[in-house]
Amino acid sequence: MSKFKKKKSGELPAISTASLPDIVFMLLFFFMVVTVLRENNLLVQQELPKGDQVEKLKKDRSIFIYAGKPSSQYQDKYGTEGKIQIGDKYTDIDNIKFALNELRAQLRPELQDKVMVALKVDNETNTGLVSDIKQELRDLNMLKIIYITSPGNQLEN
Amino acid sequence: MADIAFLLLIFFLVTTTIEKDKGIARQLPPPEPPNDEDVIIKEKNLFIVNVNKDDQLLVEEELMELKDLRQAAIDFIDNGGAPSGTAEYCAFCKGARSPESSDNPNKAVISVQNDRLTSYEMYIAVQNELVAAYNFLRDREAQRMYGWKFTEMKRAIDEGEISGSKAEDIQEKLESVQQMIPLKLSEAEPKKRGE
Repeated sequence: MSKFKKKKSGELPAISTASLPDIVFMLLFFFMVVTVLRENNLLVQQELPKGDQVEKLKKDRSIFIYAGKPSSQYQDKYGTEGKIQIGDKYTDIDNIKFALNELRAQLRPELQDKVMVALKVDNETNTGLVSDIKQELRDLNMLKIIYITSPGNQLEN
Repeated sequence: MADIAFLLLIFFLVTTTIEKDKGIARQLPPPEPPNDEDVIIKEKNLFIVNVNKDDQLLVEEELMELKDLRQAAIDFIDNGGAPSGTAEYCAFCKGARSPESSDNPNKAVISVQNDRLTSYEMYIAVQNELVAAYNFLRDREAQRMYGWKFTEMKRAIDEGEISGSKAEDIQEKLESVQQMIPLKLSEAEPKKRGE
């Protein structure tokens, strides 16, 4: 009788799951790092136009203005005319100045005069609404704007 | 242990929106001063792009497809029509040098006129093509002078790949190219519907 028994052949040993928590934690950390929690609940449709001549948005110094048709669940109440959303609620064109000043005050003080306004506007909006917004921005002296686009080129379709 | 980690993992998976905000940056003109004097621009230095309420393009009085706009804008900016010897002579232009078109890239102005009912999609498409025309020329000149494309230099700076004195050096190069070919896009007040 030998001390060294022959291993049983033909049967696979069970895969060790000891490293599973490590893998899961690794994934967890990855997603924790790349996660940006949505700050604003979108009230308007956002099908962004395509563009390829783009620059990156500097997030720390930007304020967002959303515009477009109200989302489908709000259409009974607000109709389908283009609307402006700042922060968490619909804003009238006359109230834009107030809302933007409030948002600007929340930025870091050294960045407040470098503020950049990011316009996220739906494809089907009329340009008239956008130019109304721009007129207000000029009055406010927030002259740096960026039209947020989705990657691609309009010519391709 | 693994259960809790899984729970957290699924939470973050669901809430994740990977950052992808990019766009076309633009500087608005400052509010009009009260004693506003009209700036006189020569007809030949002005490139008028008109977009109507049905998203059709009228470029320099001619109907045009969107795909031809980029080349038309490049031809206009790069024309360099001023005769050699004059102060406005453009040494680096490779255009047709037609006296009917723009004198020098730093004189050339592109004016975009929209209808209030133009779709935003079309508006951005037009802006994108015009910026593309400028980027094409800036890339060409930056490549010629510094051996590095304008847009690539800019991206390197934006992403922080370069820092310190080298970044300042590149910033200077960027500015010199911008001065040679300034982005002069003017936007007229949109017309009322159907006018």
